[in-house]
Amino acid sequence: MFKVLRVVIGRDLLLSMRRRADVANALLFFILVASLFPLGVGPEPNLLRTIAPGVIWVAALLASMLALGRMFAADYADGALEQMLLASAPLGLIVIGKAVAHWLVSGLPLMLLAPVLALQFDLPIDALLVLVASLALGTPSLTLIGSIGAALTLGVRGSGVLTSLLVLPLYVPVLILGTSAVDAAAGGVTVQAHLLLLTAFLIFAGAFAPWAAAAALRISLD
Amino acid sequence: MSRPSEAAQSPRPSFGGRINWFKYSSPQSFFPLAGAAIPWFAAAAALFCVAGLYVSFFVAPTDQQQGEAYRIIFIHVPAAWMSMFIYLVMAFWAGAGLVFNTRLSGMMASALAPTGALFTFVALWTGALWGKPTWGAWWVWDARLTSELILLFLYFGFIALTAAIDDPRRADRAAALFALVGVINIPIIYFSVQWWNTLHQGASVSLTRAPTMAATMFAGMILMALGFWMYSIAAAFIRVRCIILERERNTEWVAEYMREQR
Repeated sequence: MFKVLRVVIGRDLLLSMRRRADVANALLFFILVASLFPLGVGPEPNLLRTIAPGVIWVAALLASMLALGRMFAADYADGALEQMLLASAPLGLIVIGKAVAHWLVSGLPLMLLAPVLALQFDLPIDALLVLVASLALGTPSLTLIGSIGAALTLGVRGSGVLTSLLVLPLYVPVLILGTSAVDAAAGGVTVQAHLLLLTAFLIFAGAFAPWAAAAALRISLD
Repeated sequence: MSRPSEAAQSPRPSFGGRINWFKYSSPQSFFPLAGAAIPWFAAAAALFCVAGLYVSFFVAPTDQQQGEAYRIIFIHVPAAWMSMFIYLVMAFWAGAGLVFNTRLSGMMASALAPTGALFTFVALWTGALWGKPTWGAWWVWDARLTSELILLFLYFGFIALTAAIDDPRRADRAAALFALVGVINIPIIYFSVQWWNTLHQGASVSLTRAPTMAATMFAGMILMALGFWMYSIAAAFIRVRCIILERERNTEWVAEYMREQR
């Protein structure tokens, strides 16, 4: 079982390393979107500090959504996905492996970049740590939920916009919990409840989303 | 669909042969049944709505706190109920379609989606009209309003996904999976006023307690809800008949039906 996971994760990581530009694009998008806000709303430090958690979280959410298209599209185009459906290993497990690899190249860099962006917004140091923690717990959930949307829209025309239409409503709880955790930290209130709820959401998504995504893949490749 | 061995062992007496539960799951036999049922449901909808509007505008007393503005709940609450109920029914048919692989289930789910979206929109819109005089704002980012808005997006996502996939069978199955994933939002909407301490007031009507309002107000609300319910069935049947004709356009019976219509 772990061998399957290791092989899938290793393969996907290797493939993303061969296409480094794709990974970098989503990160650049994240930096650009977050940097547009101070230009748009004006450089008033108090205002920036107030909107920082929301802006950074929304930018991270959009960047991770943009990257969703990569999750299955290349494998679908070259037929590797059909081989995975026929493989003796459970499809849900393969989806978990692909989601982990996808998070390592899309979610993890976002999480590491976020504190640098938060400094632009003058967030206090405590809130920075909570921001990283909330992204560490939240972005895997985004990837897992997004895998369902990406699998459903495989090979559909205009799939990029459609994926966002399907996935964004389901992202809302993560967004609310993530930003309220950072808000609470910036306001000096305890953040434990928010982080625990994010963890619960992650466990829930981890338990169910891969199987739903596997079912969606079977429908898409029917 | 039951196995023959089971039927042979069944101790139940048979009433003139076994009932075939799947008889009306074929679009061909459901089409005339829906056609015959539409006028009845439409008439019931008109009757209940007229009675409900009469009760809510002329019989029900003026609210002590909210004055006349409260009367919008006679549209708002039944529409909100229907928006959630239709999503559950839609998800039920979607699930049935995935389990039994019946074509009609997927058609029924996609016929229900626009009506559900309509009621969600009506609930949000009337809520805004009620919120302005009562809360002083058209919209607040309250848990129940937000989750109802997400429900509207889920309906849109369902409709968009069905429309984007060319093969109708694949479209039905993909949309069905999406509908089932989205079901998680329904309890969140329903319990949002209990879980979070929000601006939106708690439920005034529940199955377990006596309603916290005058009997005539309650009657008006129930009548309107029944009217909306009947309307939803009639509208969904009309829509499902169109979908059946469109998808089965290459079959013998549709060709015959179209000849009769001319």
